[in-house]
Amino acid sequence: MLRTVRTVLLWEIGVGLWKTLVYFFKPKVTINYPYEKGPLSPRFRGEHVLRRYSNGEERCIACKLCEAICPAQAITIEAEPRDDGSRRTTRYDIDMTKCIYCGFCQEACPVDAIVEGPNFEFAAETREELMYNKEKLLANGDRWETEIAQALAADAPYR
Amino acid sequence: MMVFWEGYALPALILIGWILLIVVPLLVGMALLTWYERKVLAAMMLRKGPNVVGPFGLLQPMADGLKLLMKETVIPSGANRAVFLFAPVLTFTLALVAWAVIPLGQSESGIWVLSNINVGVLYLFAISSMGVYGIIMAGWASNSRYAFLGALRSAAQMVSYEVSIGFVMITVLIAAGSLNLSEIVLAQQGGFWNWYWIPLAPMFVVFFISALAETNRHPFDLPEAEAELVAGYFVEYSAFPFALFFLGEYINMIMMSGITAVLFMGGWLPPLDVWWLNWIPGPIWLALKIAFLLFVFIWVRATLPRYRYDQLMRLGWKVFLPLSLVAVVAYAGVLLYAGWLPA
Repeated sequence: MLRTVRTVLLWEIGVGLWKTLVYFFKPKVTINYPYEKGPLSPRFRGEHVLRRYSNGEERCIACKLCEAICPAQAITIEAEPRDDGSRRTTRYDIDMTKCIYCGFCQEACPVDAIVEGPNFEFAAETREELMYNKEKLLANGDRWETEIAQALAADAPYR
Repeated sequence: MMVFWEGYALPALILIGWILLIVVPLLVGMALLTWYERKVLAAMMLRKGPNVVGPFGLLQPMADGLKLLMKETVIPSGANRAVFLFAPVLTFTLALVAWAVIPLGQSESGIWVLSNINVGVLYLFAISSMGVYGIIMAGWASNSRYAFLGALRSAAQMVSYEVSIGFVMITVLIAAGSLNLSEIVLAQQGGFWNWYWIPLAPMFVVFFISALAETNRHPFDLPEAEAELVAGYFVEYSAFPFALFFLGEYINMIMMSGITAVLFMGGWLPPLDVWWLNWIPGPIWLALKIAFLLFVFIWVRATLPRYRYDQLMRLGWKVFLPLSLVAVVAYAGVLLYAGWLPA
């Protein structure tokens, strides 16, 4: 009986409408994206960079562990000894369209050379722009070094 | 020459002027309605909604319209070109044509309405039934199973709910004693307690829910149920034909709100019969009532999940139809017995 009365009076629908009306006046949770950004964890895995030591020497020693572990096979490395006898990459390409941003390359790297930085705004208009080469990755490293160093330091106690 | 000018050309020009006076605010209102819907829906979902293009995102519909205009009109190879392109035009035209009989206001010289015909309600009924043709034609001409199923659903739904809308309108007609929309409004004079939404409250609710179904709005938006039919009868439409369907659908929403306002909420009449409320012109009151009803349209969309097809049919045929049928008899009986029938 009560159930029938409730149905006829659209009671449940009224309750639902009241709920949405209350939410209508609540403060909104959206952030104003291009002008405001949410906080990022130090472990955030964004665009890749190749880092350098503070004396300008590139960190990568061409051990190819990242290439080996990459589950999407997005990394291609070619290497040979440099004039001073140290082993360096001659080619370090990442196909960002293949990359799944799992962060295994970063975990595999013994010298913290390849790191996924905090940048996530690298959308491009053509596919070719997403085929990163060594210069692009090193340039990224120079650009994001401050942020990456901070993030690595913040995460160090948990590793 | 003089006879031609005074007899035909001048009246035609004046008529075109009046039509533009109605259609242009309507199209602007429709553009604003898309913005209004997105904003209200966003607010109820704790989002902000469009706020980048223009102040408060008000120019967003213009940007969207421009985008649709510049896109390519794709016509599927299996489609019947003529019918395919005619369907959106028909839908759009019918949505606009219905406004000819909606009374917008009143002054000493008369009622502000394009054509003050005595069978206004029948005219509205005829036009809204014709609306189904646009959808059926679109669904059939697209030569796509999703579009066809969507069109069938939509047609069945609109036809079912038109029946109960018809009976609800009859109760209003009995109470007002006229088929002329202006006289229906005038019969509700003297403050908001005289509007038919209080004496005919159950019918008002039935009418509003049927209006939701009639305009294929949530929770009765089965014809375009994304999860099952992609987008229903206009899956195959792109660019401007799509925009016409979209415009038609939103103008239909405004029109159903307008009819609800005229039949149940006193049309252009202010809520209280005092001079400072009477001073505000009628079209503004009508627009405010329409805006409120549209808010409820969107509010319901933000609240309720979609009906299943059999539930929809059950509600239409097994609940609303008997209810409105009994109500017609009951209201007529009460009015006759109490001697309240209008002369």
